[in-house]
Amino acid sequence: MSFVYDKLLGGKSGAIGLLVLSVIILIVFPMLLDGFRLNLVGKYLTYAFAAISLVLLWGYGGTLSLGQGIFFGLGGYGMAMFLKLEASSPENTAIQSTPGIPDFMDWNQITALPWFWEPFSSFGFTLLAILVLPALFAYFIGVAMFKRRVGGVYFAIITQVIAVILTVLIVGQQGYTGGINGITDLRTLNGWDITSDSAKYLFYYINCGLLIGVILLSRFILTSKFGRLLLAIRDKEDRVRFSGYDVANFKIFIFCFAAFVSALGGAMFTLQVGFMSPSFVGIVPSIEMVIFAAVGGRMSLIGVVYGTLLINFGKTTFSESFPELWLFLMGGTFIAVVMFFPNGLAGLWSQYSPDIIKKIRSTFGMANPELPLSSPGLKETNS
Amino acid sequence: MPSMTNTDFSLSIEDLTVSFDGFKAVDNLNLYIDKNELHVVIGPNGAGKTTVLDLICGKTKSTSGSIKFLNQELTTLSEHEIVRRGVGRKFQTPSIYENLSVFENLEVSYPEGRGVFGSLFFKRSEKVISKINEIAKLIMLDGEMETEAALLSHGQKQWLEIGMLLIQDPQLLMLDEPVAGMSVKEREQTAELLNSISKGRSVLVIEHDMEFVERIAHKVTVLHQGKILAAGKMDEVQKDPKVIEVYLGH
Ligand SMILES: Nc1ncnc2c1ncn2[C@@H]1O[C@H](COP(=O)(O)OP(=O)(O)OP(=O)(O)O)[C@@H](O)[C@H]1O
Ligand SMILES: [Mg+2]
Repeated sequence: MSFVYDKLLGGKSGAIGLLVLSVIILIVFPMLLDGFRLNLVGKYLTYAFAAISLVLLWGYGGTLSLGQGIFFGLGGYGMAMFLKLEASSPENTAIQSTPGIPDFMDWNQITALPWFWEPFSSFGFTLLAILVLPALFAYFIGVAMFKRRVGGVYFAIITQVIAVILTVLIVGQQGYTGGINGITDLRTLNGWDITSDSAKYLFYYINCGLLIGVILLSRFILTSKFGRLLLAIRDKEDRVRFSGYDVANFKIFIFCFAAFVSALGGAMFTLQVGFMSPSFVGIVPSIEMVIFAAVGGRMSLIGVVYGTLLINFGKTTFSESFPELWLFLMGGTFIAVVMFFPNGLAGLWSQYSPDIIKKIRSTFGMANPELPLSSPGLKETNS
Repeated sequence: MPSMTNTDFSLSIEDLTVSFDGFKAVDNLNLYIDKNELHVVIGPNGAGKTTVLDLICGKTKSTSGSIKFLNQELTTLSEHEIVRRGVGRKFQTPSIYENLSVFENLEVSYPEGRGVFGSLFFKRSEKVISKINEIAKLIMLDGEMETEAALLSHGQKQWLEIGMLLIQDPQLLMLDEPVAGMSVKEREQTAELLNSISKGRSVLVIEHDMEFVERIAHKVTVLHQGKILAAGKMDEVQKDPKVIEVYLGH
């Protein structure tokens, strides 16, 4: 059975699933949506990075992180720091008591750029920092937790606590971080206006490209022996350990990779939305990311992208008219999914799509029996 | 304290003690196993049989004493290092990966690509596939390669776990109650399997089923309250009045 799944994942049908998604985000959305709406979709798609990271870490690895906002935030803040420094050139900030530093620092009576801000004036360093620092931070957390065999609920709580600490730190250290408002008023990237329509279109496409790249990379991991080991660890950790594997290393690696992926999303968020704030770092966004993954199907790299889009369309639609109701609706959806559709949208699709596809095939006289959305482990036991 | 003496035995356990909050589950145990020997440990529930395996494979840390395997001290090694030295262990309840196929269960246990990057770039080569096929045949699951392990019968799960160990070609194979939950026919097949795989390695089996023990054991150790009550050939042990009193009598 799993042979088939492997082939689906790496083979023709997996490719169809990805192709359908690519056509939707690269062609259909840009055709149907105006610039404002497309930018909104682009923002949603940055959350999908975090949702994908949870497929690997939680769906396959069995380790729930309630702190992916940490890494999304680190990526986002990294990018925001660079853009903010560029926006704070001495000419732009001539009216400040200390020109050349970000405005919020000036408001907080800070008179020189803090040392850890300095390197972010280099775009090269910033990119490197976005790619490396969140993963490095995850590495330290991972070593501290997994080598001591801390896992399950304890790990989830600890990641949550770290998310809270980071938020408190950002909010509290207003002079260094921009505080609760975050880092705002980002305008140019190497002199190029990022608020222009053409920039927004370009970022949207870059974002889509990165998302597809991340899906492919994740697939490579999941179809390798590493991927099967993740499932094995989730199921019987001791059996893996007593088969000669140092289990902690596998968990550390996937946690770092998940951090890396989430940080990419965060950086793309900043570029497309034009600011970064602690409200994308803490408990609520971290839990929302888990909900996106659960609704989309935590075993499906592509399913979670649809899950993220669906929940966010819902959020935008409902929260405009009934802001209080939305939280309950989302909570309710989450509980319903966990209880009745443990594999989310992707699970429903793989359950019902054979019939649908059969119908389509017989209507049009085609012959293509494979399912684009399926992924291995949909048969998983829920624990 | 680990002993300094080396022996010709494949496994030599000396003065091994573990105490859980003062309760000595294994108490000053001495046990030696030869190469090519199939050694069975029997004893009443709670005698400490499983704990002995836990100590050998590093799941439980000993309070004192030494465990030497091929003259290497195991008590200081971590679990995966002990496995890599050639020690395989089957758990009392079948411990297999339910969501993976039989083939994948065996592949995941294949002793290559054991590091993070090794596993990412592990290739399902001809060599790997033929080894998996060979083991699957041995454990009588060659017809179930693509079956999800969760769907196997209890007995087949036991076999699969044995196969997952065999594919690593361990020099010491430890099996905790391998025939629990098996039908009579499956027990016979398992006895044959154990007899064939005990060649060229040491096998340590824990079992309650005396009929089965008679069929496979070269030597038997009877454990009671963490201590050795009797040891030797099966027929000698069976006649031992102490053994009859605490274990075989009922
Ligand atoms: N980690 C532990 N902490 C505390 N007590 C333990 C631990 N492991 C085992 N014990 C105790 O040690 C004793 C021996 O247990 P063990 O599982 O080794 O028995 P056993 O001979 O395998 O029994 P059975 O035939 O029922 O499997 C039991 O009283 C058990 O409760
Ligand atoms: Mg036991």
